[in-house]
Amino acid sequence: MTESTMKPPKKVLSPVNWMRQHLFSTWYNALLTVVVGYLIVTSVGPLLNWVFFDANFQGSDPSDCSGAGACWLFINQRLNFFIYGFYPDELQWRVDFMFLLLAVSFVPQFIERFPGRKWLGIFGMTGLPLIGFFLIPGGSFGLEQVESTKWGGLMLTLILAYIGIIASLPIGTLLALGRRSEMPIIRGLCVVFIEVWRAVPLITVLFMASVMLPLFLPEGMNFEKLARALIGITLWQSAYMAEVIRGGLQAIPRGQYEAADALGLGYWRKMGLIVLPQALKLVIPGIVNTFIALFKDTTLVLIIGLFDILGTVQSTVTDPAWQNVAVEGYVFVAFCFWVFCFGISQYSQKLERKLDTGHKT
Amino acid sequence: MGNPMTEQTQTSETQSSPRSEAGQKPDIIRVEGMHKWYGDFHVLKDLNLNVKQGERIVICGPSGSGKSTFIRCLNRLEEHQQGKIIVDEVELTDDVRHIDTVRREVGMVFQHFNLFPHLTVLENCCLSPIWVRKIPRKEAEASAMEYLERVKIPDQANKFPGQLSGGQQQRVAIARALCMKPKIMLFDEPTSALDPEMIKEVLDVMIELAGSGMTMLCVTHEMGFAKTVADRVIFMDGGEIVEEAPPHEFFTNPQEARTQKFLKQILQH
Amino acid sequence: MKKQTIDSRPAGPKPWYDPRVRSLFFQVVAITLVFWGGWTLVDNTLSNMESRGISTGFGFLEESAGFGIIMHLVPYDATMSYGRTFWVGLTNTLLVSAMGVVAATILGFVLGIARLSSNWLVAKISLAYIEVIRNIPLLLQIFFWYFAVLSNLPSPRQSVDVGGTLFLNNRGLYLPEPLTQDGFGLVWGGVLAAIAAVIGIRLWAKKRQLATGQIFPTFKVGVAILVLVPIISYLVAGRPLEWEIPALKGFNFGGGITIIPELAALWIALSLYTASFIAEIVRSGILSVSKGQTEASKALGLPHGLTLRLVVIPQAMRVIIPPLTSQYLNLVKNSSLATAIGYPDLVAVFMGTTLNQTGQAVEVVAMTMAVYLTISLLISLFMNIYNRAVAIKER
Repeated sequence: MTESTMKPPKKVLSPVNWMRQHLFSTWYNALLTVVVGYLIVTSVGPLLNWVFFDANFQGSDPSDCSGAGACWLFINQRLNFFIYGFYPDELQWRVDFMFLLLAVSFVPQFIERFPGRKWLGIFGMTGLPLIGFFLIPGGSFGLEQVESTKWGGLMLTLILAYIGIIASLPIGTLLALGRRSEMPIIRGLCVVFIEVWRAVPLITVLFMASVMLPLFLPEGMNFEKLARALIGITLWQSAYMAEVIRGGLQAIPRGQYEAADALGLGYWRKMGLIVLPQALKLVIPGIVNTFIALFKDTTLVLIIGLFDILGTVQSTVTDPAWQNVAVEGYVFVAFCFWVFCFGISQYSQKLERKLDTGHKT
Repeated sequence: MGNPMTEQTQTSETQSSPRSEAGQKPDIIRVEGMHKWYGDFHVLKDLNLNVKQGERIVICGPSGSGKSTFIRCLNRLEEHQQGKIIVDEVELTDDVRHIDTVRREVGMVFQHFNLFPHLTVLENCCLSPIWVRKIPRKEAEASAMEYLERVKIPDQANKFPGQLSGGQQQRVAIARALCMKPKIMLFDEPTSALDPEMIKEVLDVMIELAGSGMTMLCVTHEMGFAKTVADRVIFMDGGEIVEEAPPHEFFTNPQEARTQKFLKQILQH
Repeated sequence: MKKQTIDSRPAGPKPWYDPRVRSLFFQVVAITLVFWGGWTLVDNTLSNMESRGISTGFGFLEESAGFGIIMHLVPYDATMSYGRTFWVGLTNTLLVSAMGVVAATILGFVLGIARLSSNWLVAKISLAYIEVIRNIPLLLQIFFWYFAVLSNLPSPRQSVDVGGTLFLNNRGLYLPEPLTQDGFGLVWGGVLAAIAAVIGIRLWAKKRQLATGQIFPTFKVGVAILVLVPIISYLVAGRPLEWEIPALKGFNFGGGITIIPELAALWIALSLYTASFIAEIVRSGILSVSKGQTEASKALGLPHGLTLRLVVIPQAMRVIIPPLTSQYLNLVKNSSLATAIGYPDLVAVFMGTTLNQTGQAVEVVAMTMAVYLTISLLISLFMNIYNRAVAIKER
């Protein structure tokens, strides 16, 4: 047993050795490394100069930009517009309050063992949209009304994605149950609904919502543009949601259904108490992934004339007052989306790994 | 095409090196002072083993004792960091050509069969003879059918592995390894993933194979198999070879305390 | 079936406790609701259209469109019908989709394999690309290429000039157009002969391998034949090909092939974006082949290259193909973002301009959706056939 103290013959992992193993193991790997390395070295310098060293951060109008690097003061100047759209300055505390609630409900989800994070999550799914429903538009409880045409920027992007997901959850669940139903007509209707929505691009759905919806409704009844877009997005999203949830339903072993039947539970109790709680937990990563997809897709509403974050930036970069700030504008939006989407996708991957091991043991 | 050459040079090299033992049959496997680590974990400690051609060796020991790792080192599915492994006069080093040469001469049967699910049973058996040994397909198929008959499932030749039972799959895996006409067969717990009623059909094939004079190294818990077939039984624990003896001696008169304890546990049932 | 067995059955439950009656009841209710809803919609729509003075029916397809389209693969001018605009839009959609599918597949496979490369730098670059690109909205990427990159190219007079034959400016990429002359038939003949020869060699090599076991370098010889034979026949025929070089006429270029910046931006963005998803599919497909499979293959003495070709790739492709086709479907649907930068695809031309001019929303939207539905159904049909063909057989 004395031998167990023996240490392995150290393959000295000096930087040289490491590079030989990981960068220059064969002639073509060495060639690749040299080519890729050269490209990186030559592009990183100018890029850093553009982003930081030659960039302009201070100032108040376009003439303060030297033109040598990025003109970040442009973002600085219009940041309010990019976040709140045309929402009145003195009422923006309402939006800020909602941002705060959003952060309080969901940031703890990234932290393991945060006390009561489950309840915060549930609040985020139920209470938060309810508060927002009264707070953002105002018009009740003595709050001044703000027309939906004045909403815009990041705030609108979040509203679209959030409501899209929250509203499509129950509809998607019903559709998923319908698609797995034993009644042929119900099943057929659900299959047709799901497959039709999934087959068409979101842009046609938005066009339909903005052009055809007014035709469908009885005369005199009409919605604002935002509401029409939301209806379109929700219907479209619920088809995707249905497929995600169906995946979860299929993953529940037959034995669970049979056990519920054996306990004498009826259909709705069986689904509501036994099957759905398990299935929904399984598909949380899937739901998060569809949320990321929807979050990115909300940019499409600018095509029907709503000012989401990309829409506000797009309208500013085409503004003659600011010349040649398109790249800065796009980089800013890209960065906002990237931070959100990458962060959320890391969370969902972590969750997926956790669920994965949970199943094996 | 260059392979016979390398084999030749290899042979002359090793022949010039001093041979310690004076047995009639040459040692087909020689392991000298072999160590292996996973990271800082010392899995195999100073293993020494000589196997003569035609010898049948059973390796047993509690789980985690390193017996599977040991057998996987013999065809370089695992790397060892210290010491020597010489198989059929070829030393296993980082050299890819040596590794390929050894693997051609050493057949292996895995715990979980590892048949290729996208190929039929016959295609599984012919794959390596056709692409590595460059044998005409007709001949390869004919020879594969012979081996399938030997493992008693010629009628399943055109089915896919997924359509067979576990016992049948393992027998196909044995036939697949035999199709390369190996000089040595390694078995890595071939029966431990099988249902009890299928263990016998696989063991029967292995016993028949042992009777034909094949050199075999077998990691198994089947003590009955060890008693009837093995020339030597090796007991491993904690990465070391604790005891090594002919089966009769090993089972009736184990020397080491750890061996006695292990045998007591395993023979209670 | 004897009558007695039926008679001896205990009296059934009250109808409203009988599951079959219940199920029938629910389904009747559902279908009634759907029909009632549909009828209300149709009724509303008809009365709305009447009050707005919009005509119905597909008669408008025959009427003259009266607007120009900047790019068309089928002959088109403003005097042609609305029906024609449908085909122009459809062919443009199919063109950019096909170009996107090819480029995204190649790039995606390269990135997916690079992600698993033993070269640390290559693997990390590929990872960075995937994580950056797929987390940024596609529309933003299209805008970036169109408004920030391609619009900032020089004007036609200051075009980027590559060897006097290829010009790049903010109006597009101008390429020389090959015009075939007399005798080009021989070159086509050479191409066909080369293809036939390669197929022949493949069959012969396979047969020889079956018979003697010898392996013929089919791939290398095949590539050589495919390259050399057409070149030789081209030279023999006396180079029967002339190039129409684009030239600056007034403010813009004429002649040659033009790739308009709208097409270029859409194509680049669609390919780069979809490639990042395909890369992840390829990577997980390759990783899905269990370690035991490669071990078994190694233990049989198959070298690394053959292990990949005979064991890993055939199994990985079964995992890769289904999500890959759904990415293709996404790409086709995403090509509708063309609208945002004015590439005349189906949605921009037909659902945009034609709809605005005729006002016949219902017909136009229905036709557009039908196209996407058809494409989707065709792809899933292909998918099902493929799945059935390659499904790994199990008990």
